[in-house]
Amino acid sequence: MDMTTLVKDDKMIVYISGEIDHHTSREIRENVDRMIVMQRPKTLILDLEGVDFMDSSGLGLVLGRYKKIKELDGNMYICGADDRTMKILKMAGVDKIIKSVDNRTKNPN
Amino acid sequence: MKDIQNKFKITLPAKSANEAFSRSVISAFIAQLDPTIEEICDIKTAVSEAVTNCIVHAYGSNYKDNQKLVIISAFFDKDGLVTIKIKDKGCGIHDIDKALTPMYTGGNSDERSGMGFSIMQCFSDKFSIKSTVGKGTTVTLKKYIGKHEE
Repeated sequence: MDMTTLVKDDKMIVYISGEIDHHTSREIRENVDRMIVMQRPKTLILDLEGVDFMDSSGLGLVLGRYKKIKELDGNMYICGADDRTMKILKMAGVDKIIKSVDNRTKNPN
Repeated sequence: MKDIQNKFKITLPAKSANEAFSRSVISAFIAQLDPTIEEICDIKTAVSEAVTNCIVHAYGSNYKDNQKLVIISAFFDKDGLVTIKIKDKGCGIHDIDKALTPMYTGGNSDERSGMGFSIMQCFSDKFSIKSTVGKGTTVTLKKYIGKHEE
């Protein structure tokens, strides 16, 4: 699992790659939350393009970050989720709560 | 009578690092059946959920480390039906119906989504669970692999 964060103005993009399971989700969660508190972004985008495995732990991770950013009056989007990841997100209705954005339009430049 | 073509059984400590290991083991095992990528993903996801449940829910602080085990066994028959059992010897589940309810989690402070059993059911052809309070829980997943034509 790897995580890269890009901050520009009030937008924060977190690129997650590798496998998201119960084991790796804790580290991702702690890192993202630390960055949220430090940067206080208005918009948080989770880029899941590099994710090659995700189970229900990923649902907890995505929903938990959504809750966190909402508490701080921010917005959250996801992008780059492949069919597998999307299937799991849809099972929990996450796609109805958190909008997906196009990979290109999310670019902060 | 079952015509078992191959089988394995492993016992692992109930540690979260073994979630990825379990997924690798099961995908290597079913590789012999020439599965599609989709089938591999389905089985990996279902097994990951079951193993995670053992690690997160089965063993409280009253268990010694050497008692916290996950036992994974699997076999397949000549029709390509894979049977996987994921077993723990932990606390068991008091109310299975409740545990199977989507979005329900027997939760702890960790962010659990309560979707584990729903995913296991969705990604396998047959799903069953047997649990005895104080004795442990066994989840059985069955899935046909390699039935695709050509």
